[in-house]
Formats: sequence, C-alpha cells, structure tokens
Amino acid sequence: MKKIIKYVIIDILRNKIMLAYTLFLLLISLSVFNLEDNSAKGLLSLLNIILIIVPLVSILFSAIYIYNSAEFLELLVSQPLKRKTIWLSVFVGLAGSLALAFFVGAGIPILLYEATATGIMMLGIGLILSVIFVAIAMLAAVKTRDKAKGIGVTILLWLYFSLLFDGLVLFLLFQFADYPMEKAMVGISTLNPIDLSRILILLKMDVSALMGYTGAIFKNFFGTQIGVALSFIILLLWIVIPTWLSLRKFNRKDL
Amino acid sequence: MIIATNVSKKFGKLKALDNVTVTCNKGECIALIGPNGSGKTTLIKSILGMVVYNSGFISFNGKNILHDWQYRSQIGYMPQIGRYPDNMTIGQMLEMMKDIRHNKNIILDEELIQQFKLNELLEKRMRTLSGGTRQKVSAALAFLFNPDVLILDEPTAGLDPVATEILKEKIIAEKKKGKLILITSHILSELDDLVTQVIYMQDGVLKFHKSIEDLRAETGQEKLAKAIASVMVKM
Repeated sequence: MKKIIKYVIIDILRNKIMLAYTLFLLLISLSVFNLEDNSAKGLLSLLNIILIIVPLVSILFSAIYIYNSAEFLELLVSQPLKRKTIWLSVFVGLAGSLALAFFVGAGIPILLYEATATGIMMLGIGLILSVIFVAIAMLAAVKTRDKAKGIGVTILLWLYFSLLFDGLVLFLLFQFADYPMEKAMVGISTLNPIDLSRILILLKMDVSALMGYTGAIFKNFFGTQIGVALSFIILLLWIVIPTWLSLRKFNRKDL
Repeated sequence: MIIATNVSKKFGKLKALDNVTVTCNKGECIALIGPNGSGKTTLIKSILGMVVYNSGFISFNGKNILHDWQYRSQIGYMPQIGRYPDNMTIGQMLEMMKDIRHNKNIILDEELIQQFKLNELLEKRMRTLSGGTRQKVSAALAFLFNPDVLILDEPTAGLDPVATEILKEKIIAEKKKGKLILITSHILSELDDLVTQVIYMQDGVLKFHKSIEDLRAETGQEKLAKAIASVMVKM
C-alpha cells in the first residue's frame, strides 16, 4: 500500500495546481492577519474564506485527479494488487496532499498569529474538511463514468453544501416558524459538514450571542465537551461513509 | 490452469459473455478469434478480474479468482490499447512496475526492452509516445516478470514489421518454455506458426474450441485464415 501512496503523492506534487493552491492560501491568511490589528477578527475573516475555498478546491481537484488517472487505475487493477489497496492508497494520497497544502498554506499562519484553542480548532476543522471533500469527490467520480458529467456533479455538490443547503434550511425555518424548530436545527446542521464546522468555530469564538435563541440552543449543545466530541465524530462519519460507499462501488466496477 | 465455467456478463442489455465455458492448460498457445464486439476482450478482462462477471466462476490453478488478487502475479497482460499515466517517463513506468511487483523469486526478463531499444527512450514521457512505441512498452511489461501465463490482446496491432517479428520470436520462445499463452488477433496469418488451439467466439457465445490439427483436418485447409473462413461460411 505504501508504494502506491508514494506514487500517487509524487504524481500529485508534480502538479503545479497544488503549489498554486498552497501559495494562494498562504497569501490570503497572511494578508488577513496583517490587515486586522486584532488577530481574533482575522481568524473570523479567514474562517469565511476557508469554508468556501477549501471544499471547492478539495472536491474539484480530487474529482479531476480521479478522472485523469483512469489509465493509472486500470493499469494497477491488472497487476497483483487488491482493489481495496489501490482505492484506499489513492484516497490517502489525495487526502494527505490536500491536507498538507492546507497545513502549510493556512495552518502555519494560524499557528503564528493565533495559536489559541480557537485557532487550533480551525486548523483541525480545515484539515478534516479537506479530507471530507476528497471522500465525497471520490464517491461522485466512481459513480459517474463520464468525466464532464462527473465534474459537473462535484460542482453541484459543492454548491449544495456551501450555498443551497443554507437556503433550504432558511426555507424550512420560515415554513415552520410557528413550531419549535431550535432542537431540530441541531440535527439538521449535522447533514452538512460545512455548516457543522462553521457552527463549531463560531461558538468557540463566543459570537453565538448574535444568533439569537437558536444560538443559545446551539451553545447548550455544541458548547459542551460532549457536543464538541459528538460533532467531531459526525465529521469523521462524513469521511468514513463516502469512502466506504465509493470503495464498495470501485470493488465492483468494470474497468 | 484457467477454467471458466458458465461465465456471463451483461453491459446493460448487451450480453457481452453468454455462458462461456473454457479450459486452458499449460503449454498451450490459444488463439481467441471472433468478429469485433464478440466478447474476446471481455473474456480476457474477466480472467484478469478487471471486469466483474455477473454469473459463473473462473478458477486459476484450482482457486476461484473472485476476491483473490495474488494469482495476477503469474499473469503478464498486454492490453489492446496501452493506456499509461501521461506524466510518467518510460523509465519511471518500468521502475514503478518493478517496485510494485517486486519479488525475490522473479528473474526479470528484460530481453524485449533491449530488443525494442526502449533503453534509449527511458526519458520520454508516456504522452509523447506513438501508438507503436506504446505497444512496445506494453509488450515489454507483459514479459518483464517472467509470468506463467501471457495474455496478449491484439499484440501486433500498430507494430512495425521488425517489431512484429521480434515479438513473434519471443512468443514462440516462451511457448517452448511451457507457458500458457492467450492471443487475440484479427491478422490470422500471423497466428499460423504460433497457436496450438483455436477458440472462436461470436456475440458473446463460444462457438468452438478445437486444436489446430482438428480444425485443419475438418476443413481441409492448411492456412488458419482459410480454415476459419470456411468455418464461418458454414455457420
């Protein structure tokens, strides 16, 4: 397994997009921290950028990589290797390099300027989000054979997780405004890893007061140790379940 | 060595393989013949585990190949269209394959690499290669690990006459070592002095599996091309 991971990572690192992504993150995080005199404020601005860019780059890069390495996968499958090993190696290679790019590009500035509990949490969440969207991209790519369609699906998925989902939640809230929705909202927020990440960090920043009554309910749940632990378990499930599904599909795929 | 029993595979509505039963033994050199889209490549890919068949089973040396992967270390496969990672050079490709299939018991067979003069092209990237050079790389990789079974899908398509001769010589040499060789080809005249058995497929159905002597005796034709043609007319 190590050998294939090695070849996947060498192949990815040879790609200039990875370098550009790292430099882009580095530029943004450094400028955000230098623009604000209060680095806690800088962290908040960085949060909004990270929640948009990290999922987008992770999901698109992974999907395109999977489609472009169709030949590589085909070659490996005809060799004495387990399909499970091949697929998981590609996953580890992709997740590892995207997480590394995030760590260098955004993690190091965060540790330099804002090495508080909030900063470290944001670093952790950025890493987890990178991996989650690699897993989702791999599931989408293995399900759709056509490259253009597959990349379209991944863009739609990103749009759904970062924009449409919020719209749907807002719609639900207005429709059921007469009912007590606050507790249900906690459940609904677990359906979107980006929302869950945002809530976790915002609560850590004590700006939940701005969120009204729902914010108080959130604080009651996500503010506790158990709530945070539970949220991280849910984020991990967002990695495990798509990976497991895509692995199952890849095992039965005709190449 | 390879026994396929009632193997069926559907791609949507199309039956690519329909109850195919075939036995291949050591020392045989089998030609897989049939029109385009008759399921030859699907059968080969099923044996390699690249296509997951719907029903039936295939065994390799008495072991079911489903959920097994180690048996592939005894197979050298040359695909019809060699598709390789674009960014790698030939040298890196060869190194990677050696790395993946490394085993102390294997004596590497680099004869084809030398004869095809691939050593001079090690720095070339795969995407810049011509179709024929790709085929040479595929062939070299198939023979590199000295496997017991060679599966060659249209080996000579795109090769120049010199390279074709080299490859044919190599196939004959390997056959003499008692290896099982499976070849598909449309150029029947090339197969004349190679094969010992013929499998004929049509629309996913295995029409017949005969030794070449039987085929010659039945049709009264000495050349494989003519023998097959006379069989096809009768069908």
